[in-house]
Amino acid sequence: MARTILPFGPQHPVLPEPIHLTLELEDEIVVSAVPALGYVHRGLEKLCEVRDFHQMIQIVERVCGICSKIHAMCYCQSLEEMMGADVPRRAKYLRVVWSELHRIHSHLLWIGLFADAFGFESLFMQCWRIRERIMDINEATTGNRVVVSVNVIGGVRRDLSREHQTWIGEQLKLVEKEVLALKSTIVSDYTVKSRTQGVGVLTKDQAHQLGAVGPVLRASGWAQDARMLGYAAFDELDFEPVVEVDGDCYARLAVRFREVLQSVDLVRQALTRLPEGEISVPVKGKPNGEIITRVEQPRGELMYYIKGDDTKFLDRLRIRTPTFANIPPLLAMLPGVELADVPVVVLSIDPCISCTER
Amino acid sequence: MFMTKNVLKNLFSKSATRLYPAEVRAPFKGFRGMLENAIDVCIFCKKCQLACPSQCLKVDLKARTWECDPFACVYCGVCVDVCPVASLSMRDAYRPVTGEREMIFMQGAPKAVKEKKEKKEKDEA
Repeated sequence: MARTILPFGPQHPVLPEPIHLTLELEDEIVVSAVPALGYVHRGLEKLCEVRDFHQMIQIVERVCGICSKIHAMCYCQSLEEMMGADVPRRAKYLRVVWSELHRIHSHLLWIGLFADAFGFESLFMQCWRIRERIMDINEATTGNRVVVSVNVIGGVRRDLSREHQTWIGEQLKLVEKEVLALKSTIVSDYTVKSRTQGVGVLTKDQAHQLGAVGPVLRASGWAQDARMLGYAAFDELDFEPVVEVDGDCYARLAVRFREVLQSVDLVRQALTRLPEGEISVPVKGKPNGEIITRVEQPRGELMYYIKGDDTKFLDRLRIRTPTFANIPPLLAMLPGVELADVPVVVLSIDPCISCTER
Repeated sequence: MFMTKNVLKNLFSKSATRLYPAEVRAPFKGFRGMLENAIDVCIFCKKCQLACPSQCLKVDLKARTWECDPFACVYCGVCVDVCPVASLSMRDAYRPVTGEREMIFMQGAPKAVKEKKEKKEKDEA
């Protein structure tokens, strides 16, 4: 039978952001997929020439609309290391709290969108309802729902009062209870299983060879998480990377679902161990030299390469986002998949195209 | 069986959403909604203009004006942090919708310090 070429995207009901895949089909089965990127390129590196390194904090925060805090944290960590700043421990713990809150809301958002991709609207609704509690915590503690702007070079801008800490604890109890109520649906529902089990399999070897990161890598059986590097206060907190072995869409869903609960636990740990003291230190000087920093974003490992030349404008700023790393694995998952399952497989890597194109 | 339980639960429980705009949630304390400048306190030092990542502020020391493009502002609150006299502040309410792209333009009162100096000089003379 003759092969058919089918364009998928850049505008597609399942895609929140534009990415184009040229799908080659044989009957209704995908034979190969060729991606085309570049629909939302914003040129951040060029912007470094006119915005100084302090102003870039707010700009890199806008690389991703979901995990803004983690981008800014990675950027600040790079410059702090370059300029030899000793970040107070309290600031490090507060960074953990907010970055884990971002992970929870990002994963809940994704579970909702993923459910919506295979037509499970009520699961989508429930996930986004729970997510609203996290957004409220963000708004009450940082002043904004998504783009929280709490990082500065040398620490954080806002502190958590005792009342806030107790309130976050209460809200997290409710979040945990509500997320656990969804467990039976997410883990054992017939609809979810029939649309995700055995779909878009990425084997352990493939995941390693193609450089998958984050939940995609962990769902294929690799216990790798950038948080194990011990940045911020992660070296003082107890956690184990969440691993599943099947490598299909169901495993990726399970990894993210378990990570929501893990992050709830991490926020609790950070709040109980929150040390007293300063929240930021003044950092003098200008960035000079080169540095690579890695942190774990909800979608996987995020990497910043920064080069400074002792002026207030950075020489280079290269951001490698997790979705960019997860596109080659996505192309390996697609062959053999039915056309109707393509949206599910594409969403299973949690694509953030604005991130990818910066 | 499961459905009956859920139907009953949903019938007698509170709805998850609010009937906005009839019911409005009180804003959280410290929410960054609108940028305001107490122009009488402002010393037109330009620190906010230099720190602003979206470059939406324009300060003129000579003309004693402070201008803000609320459509370019990203409400990060950096200007509030750097303000040495605390004339800038964030209000916890969203900016109302407008049909036109209006700038926030503020004109400070003429500088009073010089007159005092001149007076002193005159007195001394």
